[in-house]
Amino acid sequence: MSAPQEASYVYAVARPFAAEAVAGLAGVGGYPVHLVAHEGLAAVVSAVPLHEFDEEALRANLEDLGWLEEVARAHHTVVDAAARHTDVVPLRLATVYHGDERVRSVLAEGRASFERALGRVAGCVEFGVKVYADPATRTPAGAEKSSGARPGESPGMAYLRKRREQRDRRDDTWRTAAELCDRLDASLAEWARARERHRPQDASLSGESGENVLNAAYLVADGDTGAFLDAAQRVRDSAPEGTRIEVSGPWAPYSFAGVEALEGTAPEASEATEAPEGGRP
Amino acid sequence: MTEPAPWSGEPRQIRSRGGSSSANLADVLERVLDKGVVIAGDIKINLLDIELLTVKLRLLVASVDKAKEMGIDWWENDPALSSKAAQRAERELAEENERLRERIAALEEHRAAPLEAGGQGTGGAETGPGAGEETAAPAERPAAREEDEK
Repeated sequence: MSAPQEASYVYAVARPFAAEAVAGLAGVGGYPVHLVAHEGLAAVVSAVPLHEFDEEALRANLEDLGWLEEVARAHHTVVDAAARHTDVVPLRLATVYHGDERVRSVLAEGRASFERALGRVAGCVEFGVKVYADPATRTPAGAEKSSGARPGESPGMAYLRKRREQRDRRDDTWRTAAELCDRLDASLAEWARARERHRPQDASLSGESGENVLNAAYLVADGDTGAFLDAAQRVRDSAPEGTRIEVSGPWAPYSFAGVEALEGTAPEASEATEAPEGGRP
Repeated sequence: MTEPAPWSGEPRQIRSRGGSSSANLADVLERVLDKGVVIAGDIKINLLDIELLTVKLRLLVASVDKAKEMGIDWWENDPALSSKAAQRAERELAEENERLRERIAALEEHRAAPLEAGGQGTGGAETGPGAGEETAAPAERPAAREEDEK
């Protein structure tokens, strides 16, 4: 039986580091991880059977959420491990080449872009910050009064009044949440190098209560992470009822790897905040 | 070292390093699919597909199991997400194309007959001005249409 044709799955481009740091890891599909170095850059790579990652397989596999979860987590684990040792620019899931020689030539060709991207995230980590608004947890002012019909009030009137109270409560919660987002951002921006806004995650399936009104990522220098987290904690402690702040990380700087920069735009593009795209789906 | 075996369905517990919360799947997918540098690999992924996928995933993830429990299976029928559905759609499109081509061929054949006769007629010039104009008019039309196609 002949050995299956191999391909090189690339997780990230990094500053060279000791290969032992990733040597023990199981990458995508459980395959081992190695480094492909080229003049001051190192690609973090797994040799994978081509037939598991060729176009046909990927088309089918990307629809398989089980496969996707496993590969996404493996990808993340390897990126994360590398990021613990050096500056990394994570690549998007399933970036695959025909062998390590091809990877080396990609490093050579993309050298300037990789250098810029690495420079931008050097010595930094990313934190995810989410704000949730949950009108249901908010006690309406004078809640006891709103329950049941008032004397002399028809059932119809009582219904309309309750609906109105509900709506007011919701509007009020959104307003409170919006103010909180501003306040939070002002506190965090002080300790962050850059900020990116992601689309809010849909709560109906995330299992989180409340609606995700802010989903942001902050790029924070290693030395500032303590101050950043303290600032987040302070705002979190004072978050009004009906709102909730969650912080995740530190992450490898996924959100600041600079997609645009590699297409030739200025490095400052990473500072720009992605405008929320008109309305949630 | 993990054996490269098919995924057992048991989600691995992976924490982000020293983080304040574990990396939930929605956060991980958001980053590995949607963020990170996009460079062209040798293996082409249809970027449109993957972008549509991420849009849908935003609605979906956090818990794959939960999605399955809830019977969410739009990806089985959505042409943007399912190659099976896409293939079906493509096949239907191809079949319709084929039918239309046949029909066009039949129509052109039908029209071509008088044209050839007309070409000879104008070349002869004896048939009179009236007959010549009549046949010249349809002869121009297919030519004009070819221009349009270019």
